[in-house]
Amino acid sequence: MKKTSLNPVVKNLHDKTYNWTNQCVQCGYCLPVCPTYESMGKESASPRGRINLVKMAAEGKIDISEHMAEPIELCLGCRACEIACPVGVPYGHMLEAAKDAIAQSKQQKRENSHFLLKNMAMNQLFPYPNRMKFLGSTVWLYKKSKLDRLIRKTKLFPILSEPLAQMEKILPPLENPSKRLKHGTVFPAKGERKVRVAFFTGCIMDSIMYKVNRLSIELLTSVGCEVVIPNHQTCCGALHAHQGATEKAKELAKANIQSFTQSEAEFYVNNAGGCGAALSEYDYLLKGDEEWAETAGEFAKKSRDISQILTEYGPLPFIKEWKGIVVYQDSCHLRNVQKVYQEPRQLLQSIPGITYVEMEGANRCCASGGIYNLLHFQESMKILDKKMKEVIELQPKAVITTNPGCQLQMSLGIDRMEASENIRSMHLVEILAEACGLT
Amino acid sequence: MNQEALKKIKTIIPLERIFTELAELYSYSYDASFGEYLPEIVIQPKNASEISELVKLANEYLIPIYPRGAGTSLSGGPLPVKGGMVLDMTQFNEKLVIDRENLLAIVSPGVITGDLHKKAEEVGLFYPPDPSSSHVATIGGNISENSSGPKGLKYGTTKEYVIGLEVVTPLGDIIRTGGKTVKNVTGYDITRLIVGSEGTLGIVTEVIVRLIPKPQARKTLLAHFAHLLDSGHAITSILSAGILPSAIELMDNACIRAVESFSPSGLPVDADSIIIVEVDGHPAAIDEEIKQCAKMCRNSGATYVKVAETESERLKIWSARKMVSPAITQMGPTKISEDATVPRSKIPAMMERLNRIRDKYKLNLVVFGHAGDGNLHPNIITDKRNIEEMKKVELAVSEIFEAAIELGGTLSGEHGIGTLKSPYMEMELGKSGLYMMKKIKEAWDPNNILNPGKIFPEKDQKRVVFV
Ligand SMILES: Cc1cc2nc3c(=O)[nH]c(=O)nc-3n(C[C@H](O)[C@H](O)[C@H](O)COP(=O)(O)OP(=O)(O)OC[C@H]3O[C@@H](n4cnc5c(N)ncnc54)[C@H](O)[C@@H]3O)c2cc1C
Ligand code: SF4
Ligand code: SF4
Repeated sequence: MKKTSLNPVVKNLHDKTYNWTNQCVQCGYCLPVCPTYESMGKESASPRGRINLVKMAAEGKIDISEHMAEPIELCLGCRACEIACPVGVPYGHMLEAAKDAIAQSKQQKRENSHFLLKNMAMNQLFPYPNRMKFLGSTVWLYKKSKLDRLIRKTKLFPILSEPLAQMEKILPPLENPSKRLKHGTVFPAKGERKVRVAFFTGCIMDSIMYKVNRLSIELLTSVGCEVVIPNHQTCCGALHAHQGATEKAKELAKANIQSFTQSEAEFYVNNAGGCGAALSEYDYLLKGDEEWAETAGEFAKKSRDISQILTEYGPLPFIKEWKGIVVYQDSCHLRNVQKVYQEPRQLLQSIPGITYVEMEGANRCCASGGIYNLLHFQESMKILDKKMKEVIELQPKAVITTNPGCQLQMSLGIDRMEASENIRSMHLVEILAEACGLT
Repeated sequence: MNQEALKKIKTIIPLERIFTELAELYSYSYDASFGEYLPEIVIQPKNASEISELVKLANEYLIPIYPRGAGTSLSGGPLPVKGGMVLDMTQFNEKLVIDRENLLAIVSPGVITGDLHKKAEEVGLFYPPDPSSSHVATIGGNISENSSGPKGLKYGTTKEYVIGLEVVTPLGDIIRTGGKTVKNVTGYDITRLIVGSEGTLGIVTEVIVRLIPKPQARKTLLAHFAHLLDSGHAITSILSAGILPSAIELMDNACIRAVESFSPSGLPVDADSIIIVEVDGHPAAIDEEIKQCAKMCRNSGATYVKVAETESERLKIWSARKMVSPAITQMGPTKISEDATVPRSKIPAMMERLNRIRDKYKLNLVVFGHAGDGNLHPNIITDKRNIEEMKKVELAVSEIFEAAIELGGTLSGEHGIGTLKSPYMEMELGKSGLYMMKKIKEAWDPNNILNPGKIFPEKDQKRVVFV
């Protein structure tokens, strides 16, 4: 392992991941649950294979950016493998450390065509609520003004034009931005006040899907929650951590912890599986940080998905029947990291008139994976199209998800099947709100 | 890799199923056992004729070929110890036909055994061999290792169910053995020779297995014993009373403690051993049988006996057993899993010997296994980075095998020989016994192309080397 001592990036990778990779007994129990192993059919696209490659890179046997990077970047980060693993290899943490190493190694080498764009989005866009809002407003304007058809034809980025064009088609109808939630507001409970919760608005949710946020507040207050929107909250940092920018993720985490701790709320509620997973793992992210570790632990303990709160403090005041078949697609990070999968199903089943059908493979990733579907479009579509076959077979009126990325991906899948006339892609909050007569 | 050979390979197999990049090669350099060997090329064949052409080419250029299923082998079976070509069979998985009338299934080698289980059960049939890895391992791998699991006691191993094969021979010919009939006595039984041959005599490209009607019901009990010997007596009296359980599983004290500290589920940490007995068949019959089993456990000195009344109680009993593997891996990063097997009457004696080996080398050795058929799994938990301890492990492993063979047993009940047990083959088979096997291998594979370095020891190799 001579190389390890030479290259600081390799050494760092070794220090962080080597014990984890050695924990893997290479039994392969994680293979059948891995969506990329299924779609690509080779060992390097499996959890066991990826763990081994990280180990090989840490030992200096292969190069981080030349050999390890691609198989790692093709991982969705859905963490289904973690649930399947009998010995509890902390795959998610290893993956983040590996991504960190790739980012550093690529910075050393200044290569990779995706690098610039990713960096721009992560450093210049997501961390700035105002810029995200601006983006959201622009998208709104742009949809309104039907400029989209024109833009669709321009090829801005050679790699991204197709995925972006496809994504653009399926962006949800936006509300007038003036309806967006204002930070610092407190919404009183309707009826008896049972609990005070602080609401995490998120960046994508806040910029593009703020309608879901608004409806979330209405649902929460309707079951007796007093909801506060803490000031100065920011992006959860999930995308940063997943793309190897751990330091930035930590910075964002600290800002959020500070903001929420001041809210004096009993629970910190979010409505996006991916963000929720990041929030619930702030304790891990800031583990080594003396100053922050303890508050981060408390923060993580108080973090909840909206479905948990609505189940606990419900029932919801339904006033309308919702007729038709619905299926539910788990958000991987809600299911595999936060271990929340019963509550959304219970809520759906409690809607009057509904026919809930459990979809085969609902727990398998839809391959939206943060911005995976933009960076690895073809691979993502293979996985998505397979899932859509399951969906179409059940002929639902709606596919329900609990994460903005998954919801957009479902819309895209439905669009690709040319089924948009018959099937809607909805956030859990939206369908609950509809049945409660909220618009 | 010989460039000329590579060029020819590319005319046989489409490029997207040929891997030569370093990351891909490392991804096929391991299995679930030990060792890391880098192949020169990895190929994913999808039918027998591709394989036949590849094997012919390999003979021409003398390139070793290593068939590989899901890589769950615990004995080093698919490791490319001499470089060459790994054939990843997992994508050769199209056919899975259940022939209900003839009670059989026809499957491609890359089909996952668990999928066969599911398909058979959908029509009320049953494919009994059930290694714990069945949701991952391929049927081709199962056949090559002659795998089995807890149900081996009543239903036997894989070989009892394979009635026909399509095989690419080490010279590249495509042959069929056996067929679709349960009875078949035409000539040598080559089917049985291929089953368990660990990829050294042929590459399996299609499999015909026998299915049986699914048992209607099952009943399970759990019994605790203060003395290991008592559990041994309980097992013997059950088996000699004319009851054939579908499984009898045993866990020793070290195992019980490991499971309890991993995931507390109310197991008796002070018990010397616990056994799980399951019977299956007609509901009326098994009601009676499980009662008798419970009685015999009590008569043999069980301190506690519980018959599961509901399905959830039954699953709870089994969950303790399923927890063993993950639990013991918490005790150290390296798990050496053996599967020495003895005649079942010798189980107490074998347990005794294992205890002595544990004390002598001061190793973390736990024992569990399929007690009903004598197939024990002594597991040594260690850390492969601890060179000194690994040296002791090597000696202990040798003694485990010696003990098994002295007691009239065998090196392997289900995991195969591979690289890990080849040094001990002569100990079990004797010089002439091993010579006969070698002659068969030479006759089939004159160029030693197929899976070289397995089953047969290298010259002067007397024991397994971990470090
Ligand atoms: C956690 C765990 C639990 C296990 N439990 C059990 C158990 O209960 N019972 C049991 O018996 N085993 C068990 N095993 C061992 C292992 O799963 C079996 O040996 C299994 O049959 C291997 O199948 P595979 O598809 O992974 O084959 P591999 O491991 O890839 O290969 C095994 C052997 O088969 C050969 N081979 C593979 N495909 C073909 C083919 N098409 N033609 C010719 N040769 C081929 C290979 O060359 C190799 O020699 C366990 C393993 C693990 C990791
Ligand atoms: S995180 Fe998901 S995609 Fe990545 S290896 Fe695990 S199961 Fe596969
Ligand atoms: S299930 Fe866990 S131990 Fe087994 S191969 Fe996958 S990561 Fe490794």
